[in-house]
Amino acid sequence: MITKNIRADFAAIAKWIAPNAQVLDLGCGDGSFLEFLQKQKPVHAYGVEIDDARVLSCVQKGLNVIQQDLEGGLALFEDSSFDTVVLSQTLQTIHQTEKILREVVRVGKESIISFPNFGHWSHRMAVGLGRMPISKSLPYQWYNTPNVRVLTVADFEKLASSIGLQILDQCILHDGRQVTLLPNFFGSLALFRIRSA
Amino acid sequence: MSELNLSRNTIHFAEPLPLQSGAMLSGYDLVIETYGKLNADKSNAVLVCHALNASHHVAGPSPDDPTDIGWWDNMIGPGKPVDTNHFFVIGVNNLGSCFGSTGPMSNNPSSGKPYGADFPVITVEDWVNTQARLADKLGIRKFAAVMGGSLGGMQAMAWAIQFPKRLDHCVVVASTPRLSAQNIAFNEVARNAILSDPDFHGGNYYEYGVVPKRGLRLARMVGHITYLSDDDMAEKFGRELQRPNGESKDYRFSFDVEFEVESYLRYQGDKFSTYFDANTYLLITRALDYFDPARRYEGSLDRALTEVQAKFLVVSFSTDWRFPPDRSREIVQSLLSNKSEVSYAEIDAPHGHDAFLLDDPRYHNLVRAYFEKMLEVQS
Repeated sequence: MITKNIRADFAAIAKWIAPNAQVLDLGCGDGSFLEFLQKQKPVHAYGVEIDDARVLSCVQKGLNVIQQDLEGGLALFEDSSFDTVVLSQTLQTIHQTEKILREVVRVGKESIISFPNFGHWSHRMAVGLGRMPISKSLPYQWYNTPNVRVLTVADFEKLASSIGLQILDQCILHDGRQVTLLPNFFGSLALFRIRSA
Repeated sequence: MSELNLSRNTIHFAEPLPLQSGAMLSGYDLVIETYGKLNADKSNAVLVCHALNASHHVAGPSPDDPTDIGWWDNMIGPGKPVDTNHFFVIGVNNLGSCFGSTGPMSNNPSSGKPYGADFPVITVEDWVNTQARLADKLGIRKFAAVMGGSLGGMQAMAWAIQFPKRLDHCVVVASTPRLSAQNIAFNEVARNAILSDPDFHGGNYYEYGVVPKRGLRLARMVGHITYLSDDDMAEKFGRELQRPNGESKDYRFSFDVEFEVESYLRYQGDKFSTYFDANTYLLITRALDYFDPARRYEGSLDRALTEVQAKFLVVSFSTDWRFPPDRSREIVQSLLSNKSEVSYAEIDAPHGHDAFLLDDPRYHNLVRAYFEKMLEVQS
């Protein structure tokens, strides 16, 4: 249902990952991104996923996958043990936002965070008209969404600076294309490359 | 081909075996069963290691008793998760066990009597050495996979450490990198039950024509409790009273079997004491206690696993309190810190430690997917 949108951020995330990098994909889902990434360039990767069916999909793809709930933190992983940690469209599904962000930058020398931008004009308009938004980037009804946090590009930047994360790069997309004009208004998918400051 | 193609053989090893304890075993037999067909380049062999009370008889009906179905029959066979249409699977009865391989019941060539108490203490690492010799004999230089649950998982792990170049995959189910004090304590209760049975005769009961049945029964009863989860026992037995139909459900105020769970444990204990050897029970529980690959590296499992080349699949079960998920996570953590290839699944199953032997589609589909991928990569 959100395939197209996800593909768009796949390519953008992959661009930020160096060949032969050690990669950890948190909330890796069915392993589509890692499969995509491994076709783009040689990397050594692990996924982390909680859902049984998705873990199975990863094993079917021959990926390394660790079944674990991200809410519990990343105790299995040592400090700076990965070149890049990816948290792709997963941040908004985690209750303990600050904790996972701190864990991500502890484990990764660099990290890439992507999330749907609630600040996109169509979302603002929906709320303005009195309804929760449903769009390509937020495709769920309010009562069945896996998302437990909604945030905007500006919200993320604020939290990042308040918990000591350094933003190295950002790329805000809409329909697969980068948005440079008023990204928090015209972008539906936000990508940040960060590290611990 | 969709036959199980079961074949059972006893293989003699004449070359003396140096043991971890420093003792030497002059020669020995191993009973093995194989299923499926070894391919031309001998690259499709899977070694299945057994846990405490199991044997070489892994799958299908036993050749000498068709009602005796292999202990991992739901996992291994034609069309099963480990598909014998593609893999050549080997089950081996471990040295020191009591199902035909050389053990305490066997004749000690130096005395002409059964070994009994003189049978040397065997470790997991010793077993792996015997299995490697078996592989040599079968011309298998490298296993596609070595797999096992519980104590069998320890052997698989030990394989990856001792012979890193001789296996592509290591499948470790419901296992642990070492026993906890609590695990050892349960083993000690079980051993004490056997050692204190008047029929034990210091391990030489064969000469007296008796078997320390009471001890074995107790050992099995206490062991069995640790294989089941509290919820599983509540579900199976609850507080149900053992009463023939129509009989009063009032308490009898006696020490005979009152509750269903007592009847179940006694039944399991009785059954076990008729087919299992007490010395073997001592030996195998001790092998469990001693297993601790990190010990040689000041307790660092990371360092114990640095030479590992095999890809790992580690599986644990949420309600297994004998070898709980945390123990499997330790294995995973050390593999990760070495950047070894590993996948880990934690199956949410109600059946405690026993879950590794039971049907569970999530568990079986995962193992199936893992082995199917192996084939895809091979071809």
